Amino acid sequence: MLYREAGQFKASYEEDQQIFPIRQDRVGMAVLLAFFFLAVPMFASQYWLQAILIPVLIFSLAAIGLNILTGYAGQLSLGSAAFMAVGAFGAYNFMLRIDGMPFLLGIVLGGLSAALVGVAFGLPSLRIKGFYLAVATLAAQFFIVWALVKFPWFSNYSSSGVISAQEIQILGYAFTTPESKYLLTLAVVTVFALVAKNLVRSTTGRRWMAVRDMDVAAEVIGIRPMRAKLSAFAVSSFYCGVAGALYAYTYLGTVEPEGFNLDLSFKILFMIIIGGVGSILGSFLGAAFIVLLPILLNVVMHSTLGSAMPPGLGSNLELIIFGGLIIFFLIVEPHGLARLWQLGKDKLRLWPFPH
Amino acid sequence: MMNEMAQTATLPESGRRIGEVILDLKNISLRFGGVKALTDISFDVREHEIRSIIGPNGAGKSSMLNVMNGVYHPQEGTILFRGEPRQQMDPHMAATQGIARTFQNIALFKGMSVLDNIMTGRNLKMKTNLFQHALFWGAAQREEIEHRKKVEEVIDFLEIQSIRKTPVGRLPYGLQKRVELARALAAEPTLLLLDEPMAGMNVEEKQDMCRFILDVNDQFGTTIVLIEHDMGVVMDISDRVVVLDYGKKIGDGTPDEVKNDPDVIAAYLGASH
Amino acid sequence: MGFFFEVLIGGLLSGVLYSLVALGFVLIYKASGVFNFAQGAMVFFAALTFVGFMEVLPGWTGLEAGSRAVFWFAFVLSLGAMVVLGVLTERVVLRPLVNQPHITLFMATIGLTFLIEGIVQAIWGSHVRGLDLGITDEPIEWILDSADIIVSKFDVFAATLAGVLVASLALFFQYTKVGRALRAVADDHQAALSIGIPLQHIWAIVWSVAGFVALVAGLIWGARSGVQFALTFTALKALPVLILGGFTSVPGAIVGGLIIGASEKLAEVYLGPFVGGGIEGWFPYVLALLFLLVRPEGLFGEKHIDRV
Repeated sequence: MLYREAGQFKASYEEDQQIFPIRQDRVGMAVLLAFFFLAVPMFASQYWLQAILIPVLIFSLAAIGLNILTGYAGQLSLGSAAFMAVGAFGAYNFMLRIDGMPFLLGIVLGGLSAALVGVAFGLPSLRIKGFYLAVATLAAQFFIVWALVKFPWFSNYSSSGVISAQEIQILGYAFTTPESKYLLTLAVVTVFALVAKNLVRSTTGRRWMAVRDMDVAAEVIGIRPMRAKLSAFAVSSFYCGVAGALYAYTYLGTVEPEGFNLDLSFKILFMIIIGGVGSILGSFLGAAFIVLLPILLNVVMHSTLGSAMPPGLGSNLELIIFGGLIIFFLIVEPHGLARLWQLGKDKLRLWPFPH
Repeated sequence: MMNEMAQTATLPESGRRIGEVILDLKNISLRFGGVKALTDISFDVREHEIRSIIGPNGAGKSSMLNVMNGVYHPQEGTILFRGEPRQQMDPHMAATQGIARTFQNIALFKGMSVLDNIMTGRNLKMKTNLFQHALFWGAAQREEIEHRKKVEEVIDFLEIQSIRKTPVGRLPYGLQKRVELARALAAEPTLLLLDEPMAGMNVEEKQDMCRFILDVNDQFGTTIVLIEHDMGVVMDISDRVVVLDYGKKIGDGTPDEVKNDPDVIAAYLGASH
Repeated sequence: MGFFFEVLIGGLLSGVLYSLVALGFVLIYKASGVFNFAQGAMVFFAALTFVGFMEVLPGWTGLEAGSRAVFWFAFVLSLGAMVVLGVLTERVVLRPLVNQPHITLFMATIGLTFLIEGIVQAIWGSHVRGLDLGITDEPIEWILDSADIIVSKFDVFAATLAGVLVASLALFFQYTKVGRALRAVADDHQAALSIGIPLQHIWAIVWSVAGFVALVAGLIWGARSGVQFALTFTALKALPVLILGGFTSVPGAIVGGLIIGASEKLAEVYLGPFVGGGIEGWFPYVLALLFLLVRPEGLFGEKHIDRV
């Protein structure tokens, strides 16, 4: 009854093209934003902000990045973490070596460095497809991490390759508390999520999807597969790069190249599979799911088994559950949580008179 | 643009006005490894006409279309488009020159809605760039709306208003074929290549499709090259017909001439009528 | 020059191991079109299951620990486990995903990788174990004496074993009914189905054979560097091997493995010092990448023509 589009007529194409064409969705989004921007920083504990909300937001951004490449443009990548690393180390070096570099410009430059590297490793996609490309992105994964370790310039000659993020300052205000870091992360992620949504609903997005769905037909109607793929690689790596910079600056504070390993790349891939391939909303849902699951698992096991828990069982159980869920989702709901959400909304539209 | 085209191709009451040769194929030969797909084929296509290519399965009809819009590159022969010889061209170049096509096995973008599929057909006319798309404001939004209007014209023309937001994967076969035609038309092509647009359709759907093809040709003056198996349809709507068999041309002329050609009859003996 | 040959031979022999893992990939890819990312996890599963049984069997059966009987008993049990794993994979993962895009199947095998790794470690624990096959990793004396080159006994043994395995697989596929059916399936699923070849049986058999290959690879590899989680990473090296050799070619897997093995060692020794070493980790991938640009279908793969 409450969730209806009946009576909401679109009188112009402009209205028809809105991100949320149904009024209730727009209201819901506004409430959600107000909640996360106003209520959460006031009431959430430091633990929730620092250990859950900030990483969820950052991984959402990385997942959007991978979703642009894999979900929209159809190019599988196993190197997302490496592009995050480029973003983190890029932003670090820009801020370290250029005096007075503004923070936001720094992370954007970090993202752009990642975009450049992404395009370089995306070049093979012009000739190869599918899992061949996946192997090419593995090359990026291993090579980039190796390069960041082997060339100490990247970590400013720190002995262990670890970099410590500089203090974040914007217009003289220092972001030191978890609340301020959370708000900063939230703001950046919100803006980039909106940008991503704009991209995928415009010609750029349609070109990506056309190449994904049928590249020969795309070429016949005048799309250049090369440009479409490389632009997807660039935008995707840019997003991963910005996410990596935030990972270093607002989440961990100190990072090392090996932290951006293949496991992290897989995690981001799992986020989009579980959240929803080809969905911006799904990127958020997937990130929240993958970050929260191990925490939840830990809590459950400690409360049931207590100290009797055998060592390693937790991490093995995590592997089993992740692996099982991936297979489950691919078989049962290949469009992930986002699709379930959509189905729920469709039901709600008809409720309480389903026939 | 569509209205403009309808105006420039002012049509006398008697029907379409056949114009100059727009596409001239000379001595085309195409091989895949050792397999000869096309051997020494020459024919031309005139502006505003409906030119059909017929022949038994494996005669090389689809290969011929693929040569025309640059998917395949013939080893021998020359192709003149509007009098200009062209060497190596790719499908993208063909598209920029105003050649659009549909495919034998539907080649729609399965994950996208009908509307998005047709909008994609206008991609070459979209001038805004990625950064403008990122903001989706100003020029990018104006352009989106302007092209949406054009796409809605195509949607009206092909009578598919009710399915515009449906993902194409969920549509029945006949409608998918129609959406594919819509996507090709959205590009406002001067030359439209149709690869078996009526294959697998029932009589009613065929009639609709026939009407659409004739209307496109009539109203917009679009030149059409058509591959079709239904001889009744081909003989009815074509201005001229090329007959291929085993990759060779065995007949060429008006439907009547072709129908009475002894070589064609021999190749088709028992296969038609 | 002696040193060069030493590095080359060492590389070739370790390449044999890559070949073995790649061989498992090729078998499954040929039969079911699945790019089985979990092949590395299967190697780990096999090796860990084997050493696990080696540890517990003496207690269960009263056989003398480390005896030949325990070895073969554990081998047979592990082989059984691999067959069960193969059949289950076919049932639970592949069958519901049949006719899905390749990329979906590929992602499913990534999920399978995690599942297998989690399960096997939950059963046997995750600490590093040694594995002794009774062959020592020492130089063969007469080669050392006559040519002054160090060639490991163990490497030669492993290479011989791999050679025998590959030869017997080739014979199996060439001359048995199952082998012929498999080749038919690899050629054309539809056609094979239409002449009454039970596709799903064939898949189960192929996954089991791939499991057997994984067991052999796991034993050799485990004996060489210990049975540990790192086995799964080393198995990732089979991917560039496949790109080099082509996804559908058994000889390609062998030759590709040898090339990757030899070139990564040579690169490490001769190029490594200039860039700070440790390039073994990525060199094979970059090599494969460069190769892709020149010959996307691999050394022995078939050229693919896009039809529209």
